[in-house]
Amino acid sequence: MSQSMNKALKKLLLAAGLMSVTATGFAASAAPLYEADVNLQDRVSLQRGARTFVNFCLSCHSAAFSRFSRVAKDLDIPEPVVAENMMFVTDKIGNTMTAAMRGPDAETWFGVPPPDLSVVARARGADWLYTFLLTFYQDPARPTGVNNVAFRDTAMPHVLWELQGVQRPVYKAAAGHDGTSTQVLDGFEVAIPGRQTAAEYRQTVADLVNFLVYLGEPAQLHRYRIGAIVIIFLFGFLVLAYQLKKEYWNDVH
Amino acid sequence: MSALNRALAATIGWVDARYPLLKTWNEHLAQYYAPKNFNFWYYFGSLALLVLVIQIVTGIWLTMNYKPDAETAFASVEYIMRDVEWGWLIRYLHSTGASAFFVVIYLHMFRAMLYGSYRYPRELLWLIGMAIYFCLMGEAFFGYLLPWGQMSFWGAKVIVSLFGAVPLVGDWLATLIRGDFGISDVTLNRFFAFHVVAMPLVLCGLVVVHIIALHEVGSNNPDGIEIKKKKDANGIPLDGIPFHPYYTVKDIVGVVVFLILFSAVVFFAPEMGGYFLEANNFIPADPFKTPPHIAPVWYFTPFYSILRAIPDQFLGVVAMGASVMMFCFLPWLDRSPVKSMRYRGPLSRLALALFVVSFVVLGYLGTQAPTPAMTLLARIFSVVYFAFFLLMPIYTKLDSNRPVPERVTFP
Repeated sequence: MSQSMNKALKKLLLAAGLMSVTATGFAASAAPLYEADVNLQDRVSLQRGARTFVNFCLSCHSAAFSRFSRVAKDLDIPEPVVAENMMFVTDKIGNTMTAAMRGPDAETWFGVPPPDLSVVARARGADWLYTFLLTFYQDPARPTGVNNVAFRDTAMPHVLWELQGVQRPVYKAAAGHDGTSTQVLDGFEVAIPGRQTAAEYRQTVADLVNFLVYLGEPAQLHRYRIGAIVIIFLFGFLVLAYQLKKEYWNDVH
Repeated sequence: MSALNRALAATIGWVDARYPLLKTWNEHLAQYYAPKNFNFWYYFGSLALLVLVIQIVTGIWLTMNYKPDAETAFASVEYIMRDVEWGWLIRYLHSTGASAFFVVIYLHMFRAMLYGSYRYPRELLWLIGMAIYFCLMGEAFFGYLLPWGQMSFWGAKVIVSLFGAVPLVGDWLATLIRGDFGISDVTLNRFFAFHVVAMPLVLCGLVVVHIIALHEVGSNNPDGIEIKKKKDANGIPLDGIPFHPYYTVKDIVGVVVFLILFSAVVFFAPEMGGYFLEANNFIPADPFKTPPHIAPVWYFTPFYSILRAIPDQFLGVVAMGASVMMFCFLPWLDRSPVKSMRYRGPLSRLALALFVVSFVVLGYLGTQAPTPAMTLLARIFSVVYFAFFLLMPIYTKLDSNRPVPERVTFP
């Protein structure tokens, strides 16, 4: 993990002051988040994100409201390429993106079925997803061996660990609420290096989050453009409507 | 006269011999004399009608693909958002329209409070308007369950449970509304029926009655003067102008400005920072997972704040109900000899200003998770809210008003 990243994380954790190791329970929404740089105009980023999504997420998570053909069309990926690289052999291009893993199996293995990711970006927000995917850290107390800053005690294993590697938490002493000293998460250090550098991994996650934002609402790719046309038209119409009103009201005294 | 005009005149004549076509047209548009001094605040009546039409039309198209079934409702909404041609636009028009309806109605109501439009002879007009508002609240409440997200489910659960606080029959009443012991598929089905059939029918009927009542008594105006008191030789109010064409062309301008703002939300911020579409509602309803913070949509939050401000649940429900009902009593609480705020004294003005502040602050507090400080604030502003109504007979009587002119002020 790069120096600047570590610094940013430290700030993040200190600002929160809630990463007490002893704390139990679910603090999903309370942690401050990294800012994801979402850019849906960046087709290449969306394409890379789609590849990561299919390779790493789609085994367990579905995106059951989204169709392969739509992704192919929206992201300018030729359908044969999608069929070759993104779909299982039994899938048809018009199918929705279902997970390889069966629901009951998932429940047995993880305790909860992995949620569908079609609209996860709208439910959680891009920043939360970005932070979540960057802040898995080693925690021997967890059955998966990892814990997460954004989603404490998540049932999800660190699926991207081959890319990121495994990071170890660094603690420091801090005064707790009752005045006693507790250990607080201060930052991360590399435990096992991954295939990607810290910067490369951040890019991978950024692309993936970008794709998830697209996946949450494919209409976003068009709606801003259509909206601009509609509003420009309305402004033109406003001029005419106002002139008409003025013309009629000339004789009201 | 061209052949086309002759044919048109003949057709109208044929219909007119069998139906009061021209009579209706004249009574409600061409010879309905409205005061000529309408200002900004008078756009919101026609805009409310516009939003009603938007909601009905988009609602019909949504119904073509929506499935009122707990198993498939959430997925059918996403199907509309993705697979239905222009489905996303229809859905956003409808979801934004719901909030826009309340924005427009609240401003419309504020106009009435500003210029005393609820006063004699418009008390019944005001009460019909209140009935429309109650209907709209029901319509919004039933509709909010339909996407079957977490907020839909838990919001409905909380609001229905409020009826359970009624003594003796509470549980029975809550079960009757749900059709089940909890919010379930049965509830979704009946809420769908209420949302797409029952409430719109009542709503449209009441809107017609509202307009008939308005045209019977005539419109108020920013000066709060009855224009019918000063008529010319033909019996036409001196300060009146035919609604059509003058206000039809003027309202078109209002409609276009409204549509610009409306489109800005629909196309660029349909979630409106979580106020119009809540993030939690993109998680399918799960009866076993309570969201950490449940709040109704913004247009209910002032009343929700009052509910939470009262420590006792039953009294809270009573206070919340009273806070909505209070508006109905305005025509009789207001003892001022003057209608319009333009000629009212400082007490009335201060009271109305405080009321607006308390409504907005309570609305904001209702969207937030309660803290002790916020609860205290909600209590203070709840008192201010009720004081505006309950003290009205006193301060409107004590107020030092200014003389009201004989004729309307027109630039």
